[in-house]
Amino acid sequence: MRGFFDSDLWWSFTRSRITMASAVVAFICIAGSALAPLLAPHDPFDLASLQLMDAFKPPVWTAEGDATYPLGTDDQGRDVLSAIMYGARVSLMVGFSATIFATLLGVMVGLLAGYLGGTTDAVLMRVADIQLTFPSILVALLVDGIVRAALPREVHDQIALFVVIFAIGISEWPKFARTVRGSTLVERNKEYVLAARVIGLGKLPIMLRHVLPNVLGPVLVIGTLNLALAILAEATLSFLGVGVPPTQPSLGTLIRIGNDFLFSGEWWITIFPGISLIVMVLSVNLLGDWLRDALNPKLR
Amino acid sequence: MTAPLLEVRNLRVEFPTRRGTLTALHDVSLTIQPGEVLGMVGESGAGKSMTGAAIIGLIEPPGRIAGGQVLLGGRRIDNLPYDQMRHVRGRQIGAIFQDPLTTLNPLYTVGRQLVETITTHLPLNPAQARARAIEWLELVGIPAASQRIDSYPHEFSGGMRQRVVIALALCAEPRLIIADEPTTALDVSIQAQVIALLKRLAREKGTAMLLVTHDMGVIAETADRVAVMYAGRIIEIGPVRQIVKHPRHPYTEGLMASIPPLDRRVERLAAIEGSMPRLSAIPPGCAYNPRCPKVFGRCLTERPELLDAGTTQAACWLHADG
Amino acid sequence: MLEAQDLARYFDVSRPALQRLLAREPRRTLRAVDGVSFAIPKGQTLSLVGESGCGKSTVARLVVGLYPPSDGAVVFDGQPLSVARADPAQRQRMQMIFQDPYASLNPRWRVRDIIAEPIRAFKLVEGKEAILARVGELLTQVGLAPADGEKFPHEFSGGQRQRISIARALSSNPEFLVCDEPTSALDVSVQAQILNLMKELQSRLGLTFLFISHNLSVVRQVSDRVGVMYLGRIVEQAPAETLFTAPRHPYTRALMEAIPDLEMTGRARTPVGGEVPSPINPPSGCAFHPRCPLANARCKAERPVALAAGESLVACHAVEEGRG
Repeated sequence: MRGFFDSDLWWSFTRSRITMASAVVAFICIAGSALAPLLAPHDPFDLASLQLMDAFKPPVWTAEGDATYPLGTDDQGRDVLSAIMYGARVSLMVGFSATIFATLLGVMVGLLAGYLGGTTDAVLMRVADIQLTFPSILVALLVDGIVRAALPREVHDQIALFVVIFAIGISEWPKFARTVRGSTLVERNKEYVLAARVIGLGKLPIMLRHVLPNVLGPVLVIGTLNLALAILAEATLSFLGVGVPPTQPSLGTLIRIGNDFLFSGEWWITIFPGISLIVMVLSVNLLGDWLRDALNPKLR
Repeated sequence: MTAPLLEVRNLRVEFPTRRGTLTALHDVSLTIQPGEVLGMVGESGAGKSMTGAAIIGLIEPPGRIAGGQVLLGGRRIDNLPYDQMRHVRGRQIGAIFQDPLTTLNPLYTVGRQLVETITTHLPLNPAQARARAIEWLELVGIPAASQRIDSYPHEFSGGMRQRVVIALALCAEPRLIIADEPTTALDVSIQAQVIALLKRLAREKGTAMLLVTHDMGVIAETADRVAVMYAGRIIEIGPVRQIVKHPRHPYTEGLMASIPPLDRRVERLAAIEGSMPRLSAIPPGCAYNPRCPKVFGRCLTERPELLDAGTTQAACWLHADG
Repeated sequence: MLEAQDLARYFDVSRPALQRLLAREPRRTLRAVDGVSFAIPKGQTLSLVGESGCGKSTVARLVVGLYPPSDGAVVFDGQPLSVARADPAQRQRMQMIFQDPYASLNPRWRVRDIIAEPIRAFKLVEGKEAILARVGELLTQVGLAPADGEKFPHEFSGGQRQRISIARALSSNPEFLVCDEPTSALDVSVQAQILNLMKELQSRLGLTFLFISHNLSVVRQVSDRVGVMYLGRIVEQAPAETLFTAPRHPYTRALMEAIPDLEMTGRARTPVGGEVPSPINPPSGCAFHPRCPLANARCKAERPVALAAGESLVACHAVEEGRG
């Protein structure tokens, strides 16, 4: 750990105020949503505690505000702040899972294509190319549509979360694969890899022990930037109503529901989840930008 | 003695890093007379390329000139604004680097690049400039120059490309050439051709040259005087024959002795033990003291300036009494 | 110890199939190595010299089995290379040292793990402590301290890294070492250290070397026998003393002529003109004929074969006819 605080990465981190601020914001978002059951003032899913009388309460600083509901309530008397905390939890969970899924798949494909070359490379990369020609949201919609059509409704609701994760992940992996393949092509001709081949090490050990650690730098950057994209993709899908099931509302779901009340004056139901989404995505994005610059020796 | 064409006085180049400022060049002073070739040798990281870059104002940030002066024909050029310096660079100083591809623009024909340089710096119209460009290509030994002039850099082989770079550096008829490892990327047989060419052009046109290289053989063939660098300082400077045959600084001695001879086999080469210190860990006293076979008390505490060592000037306490 | 018999390696450098079809181009083959034969007796050093693109590095890689040969064969200690490579006990007897000390060590590994890799791969020493002790021993052998094993490659200078490379190569107790330009990325004072170290290790451990270099002066210091390569072929092969005192092939002479003169005798040199032609489209007959001062019609038409001339093997019509 001392090594980390002595590293160039930590040094460049402490030199950028924007980066430190985004890290703090991102930390608050993650901690706030992960610990939602402990921190949230209300449990938005506990139907028994919902009071229809408390519906459409505006935020606390307005004239009719109520201190128990700092950001107001929705049409069913649900506390907006608590709903956001629980919703962000779903958004982040989907975002992280989809990114990890895309990373694992992309790194594996990229490593194989780059190291083995030849036909393997040609086939895998053409698949990636085809994938890249479709907008990712279209791919996600397509996957979701197929699963919906193929499975009965009850089953679908149960696995809906995984479908969204898969749909977003599958549309993002080519980026990882392309990058990893590129770095692998460079690394595999370096002399340390030849030295390992001279002693007769197999392809798989060379790929995993020698090449992989040396191609992960850019993956970290794309991974971080991709997390922001995945969160947005999930919000888009949920806003369109094909994302996570309504029983587990994410930020996107909250924005969609609140949208119906925007023009009748209850703006807080949709604006606050929207702001949360923007803040969360922006902070993650800024972290990713910093990481990209910090790891690029030419820009340092 | 005529006035020197280039005079560098106490040049100091610093690189600020997070662990403090590193000094890449300390107190580098040298002069080059018109028509003279000054060789500059040293191990990688000794500061020889840095000296060349500092003279032409091309130190990569965050590095900067922190002290000293560079005078070309008596005029200070180290503090010129970027645009004026660019003009000086094309018109008065030509630069040749190790990798010809970094100097040539891959998108333009070599003719267009030559003509552009010539018309920018000399009072010639495009047609005249083109004729001049063809003359230059012939002069540097490119066969069928009038046809090859419309080729792109990638259509030339490595040796031919370096010739084009030389033509490009010389076509504005600069008074000084900075050549940084001009032959290192080339094969020996091509290297010999390029050295012969540079020598001939310097003699015919009276151009002065700073020749930076790690290859003592190239220096011995080409240079009139030699400066030897170690850990950011010039530690010996003098006529080429004296430096090669009778070096006075123990480092130069060691450097010369460690070159494997071509004409005989020796069982054990004279190596200098250890390696040059990093800029961040230069020992007190003489920077060479940990590796020096002739080290004594004074070397550990006090740093020697360039002292008169008879035929050359050497920064070594062995020559403290002149 | 090692023998190369008419070894050849071609690379397909054609453009992708579709582009080739559209441009109606034939396939293009680069004959990087084209019929090279030599033998290295145990405990001796054979050097291959030549300019870039002459195929010397490809020979090095063929000999350790990094590329399969397109034609010909490599025989390692009496058995075909492919058989020897398949057997770990044989494979550990050959090792390689590379040119670039910055690329030849995995930047993410500690030095002790780099050196221990062959030991682990061949299971030469069992147990963590024993491996660490062996690594310390190897580091000492190449002039570094056992404590250096804890560091990462970037903490070392170029010369020290090359020592680490040598320690890694020695860790499998090899008998045959292929050295591909081991000192050309080093400063001259450090180069001398490494050359001394390699010679010392050779006499102490009885190693056999295939030494690849473009630097004739370096080759003179380390070799028993020297082969001069030009465009994928060995044009002259002779005992080192013979080659340096009485070079026969015009190309060998041109190479020696081109080396800058440190003795400063003021001797005017006449550098060989022209450049190395492309190995994709080599000249007819003797590949050197366009640059050769002795070339005639026969050189243009007929490819010379290596013939004995005194102690040397020379592939040159002029030498054969006594014109050289």
